[in-house]
Amino acid sequence: MSPVEQIPAAGSEPMAAAPARPSRATLVNAALGLGLLAFGLGAWAMGEVFMVTLATKVAILAIAGAGLNLVLGYGGLVSFGHAAYFGLGGYTAGILAHHALNYTPLFEWPFLFEGTTSMPVIWLTAMVIGALAAAAIGALSLRTTGVYFIMITLAFGQMIFYFAISWPAYGGEDGLPIYVRNGFPGLDTLDPLHFFGLVWAVLMAVLGGIAMLARSRFGLALQAARQNRQRLMAVGIRPGGVLLTAFVISGAITALAGALYADLNRFVSPSMLSWHLSGELLVFLILGGTGRLFAPLAGAGLYIALEHLLGGVSDHWQFFFGLLLLAVVLFARGGVIGFLAGGKRHG
Amino acid sequence: MADPILEIRGLSKSFGALKATDDVTLDLRPGEIHALIGPNGAGKSTLIKQVTGEIAPDAGEVRLSGRSLAGIDAAGRARLGMARSFQVSSVAAEFTVMQNVVLAAQGASGVTFRFFRPVMRDEGLAGRARDCIAQAGLSGREAVPAAELAHGERRKLEIAMALALEPRVFLLDEPMAGMGSEGATALGDLLDRLRHRAPILLVEHDMDAVFRLSDRISVLVYGRVVATGTPDEIRGNAEVQRVYLGEEA
Ligand SMILES: Nc1ncnc2c1ncn2[C@@H]1O[C@H](COP(=O)(O)OP(=O)(O)O)[C@@H](O)[C@H]1O
Ligand SMILES: [Mg+2]
Repeated sequence: MSPVEQIPAAGSEPMAAAPARPSRATLVNAALGLGLLAFGLGAWAMGEVFMVTLATKVAILAIAGAGLNLVLGYGGLVSFGHAAYFGLGGYTAGILAHHALNYTPLFEWPFLFEGTTSMPVIWLTAMVIGALAAAAIGALSLRTTGVYFIMITLAFGQMIFYFAISWPAYGGEDGLPIYVRNGFPGLDTLDPLHFFGLVWAVLMAVLGGIAMLARSRFGLALQAARQNRQRLMAVGIRPGGVLLTAFVISGAITALAGALYADLNRFVSPSMLSWHLSGELLVFLILGGTGRLFAPLAGAGLYIALEHLLGGVSDHWQFFFGLLLLAVVLFARGGVIGFLAGGKRHG
Repeated sequence: MADPILEIRGLSKSFGALKATDDVTLDLRPGEIHALIGPNGAGKSTLIKQVTGEIAPDAGEVRLSGRSLAGIDAAGRARLGMARSFQVSSVAAEFTVMQNVVLAAQGASGVTFRFFRPVMRDEGLAGRARDCIAQAGLSGREAVPAAELAHGERRKLEIAMALALEPRVFLLDEPMAGMGSEGATALGDLLDRLRHRAPILLVEHDMDAVFRLSDRISVLVYGRVVATGTPDEIRGNAEVQRVYLGEEA
């Protein structure tokens, strides 16, 4: 037995004691968060509006991935259906804006509601809808484990996807445009820089919230549920309620990302609900380092960068991307952040 | 004699044609160590699991301080003070010793759905956890991930977690298995002290420890209790000699 074990102090990772000086993981996280901000600002300063949009896309996908990370990275639940919440958030934004812009009430009872173009209202609605959907899907899916859980979450995602395709009221297969980006008090959301700054702030707030959750009593139980459900029961905590709660919070976060994505593209389509997107979110986490707080940002950033760079070189960029993913899975289980920061995925 | 804290009455459980528990009745009194011995496959672990609520018996009941536990699941029973250790160590391997024991203290508190304050800075839980870690003899190892503990230390961690549950009974399934003789002796001394905190139902193969520590011993063979008595009575029991002690000794 070695008397003194060197525990990697991971300041921004869950559970770590407050480090005397910033740990490597903290530095990597700060570099990622500030790096994205600097990239967006720099692109804007150089007049590269497309790059600002790309940075905004990374931030939004990172929020969606952060939602998945809560259940996958911390709770150990491999959900292959998170596109459902992303798409529901997107359609919430699209439908609310559609009614407001067309002056056709969404419903007249119990009160007249004409839709809205206010982002805060849209976000809240999207999160409530995402949470409700996750509560229903989670309650049924959590009766299973392992591969069955993966399959049942995929099945629910596909159900919602086909529903959106076959429901003509909101564009069906063609999707639903949002003619004017929804508004946020005090900002000009049509200005790419304003919208990027807003999305970046939301991303930081979400990551901060997840860091807080991970360190809480709830977070301790959630991470224990990932490691050993039998043990959790034996100390008097039922894993089911903990995991379902995490699933509901996760659905709300991913739906929020969906609402932002709809506003980024000013368009919602069933592709937001497709299993490809569920898969991409999983890929972000594997690339970034599952269970690391900033994994979704590292993963989404790398993915979008490669899509942009390799996509310009070859139409078959996904083949080369597949090779990279294979390398990460085989040789760098901690993903980008594990590689840069070292140590374990949980402090 | 003081009322028993734990009563097992007429418990039966079959797996298909196999009677793993066959009309078992036994109890656990304040301050005692009641050992449960028997050959491999006799049904000792299966009995413990029915007491903790991990599996449901076909017939019979379990009472804690006079209260029937029917319909209460394993988590509920743990919260009532049923503290158990597993035959194969079962802890949260990526958590540190401290995190594992804080988790147990949190379970005992019954409050898990708190989302804001950092649990590791909760002095109530942390103080309790440090106490239990010290009692289990793991002081100084708080920050070590459970996966990096030596085998014997992991068993002590399970004891520390059991202590943090504010136990009313301990159900320990082969806590000394795989320990060296020195470790087993130290753990025996610890159990000897813990019995005053809460009585211990002890499944154990180490016969020296069993006969040294136990107030009473029950012998389980093919799911049935063939004898219950003091160590001396069990030593002198002809049937026990034949079916069990004979082949071990
Ligand atoms: N879940 C189960 N399904 C079927 N048979 C089981 C199960 N659990 C235990 N058994 C059987 O019940 C008997 C008692 O097992 P166990 O309680 O583990 O014995 P012990 O702990 O005394 O060694 C064994 O024959 C075992 O194979
Ligand atoms: Mg056993």
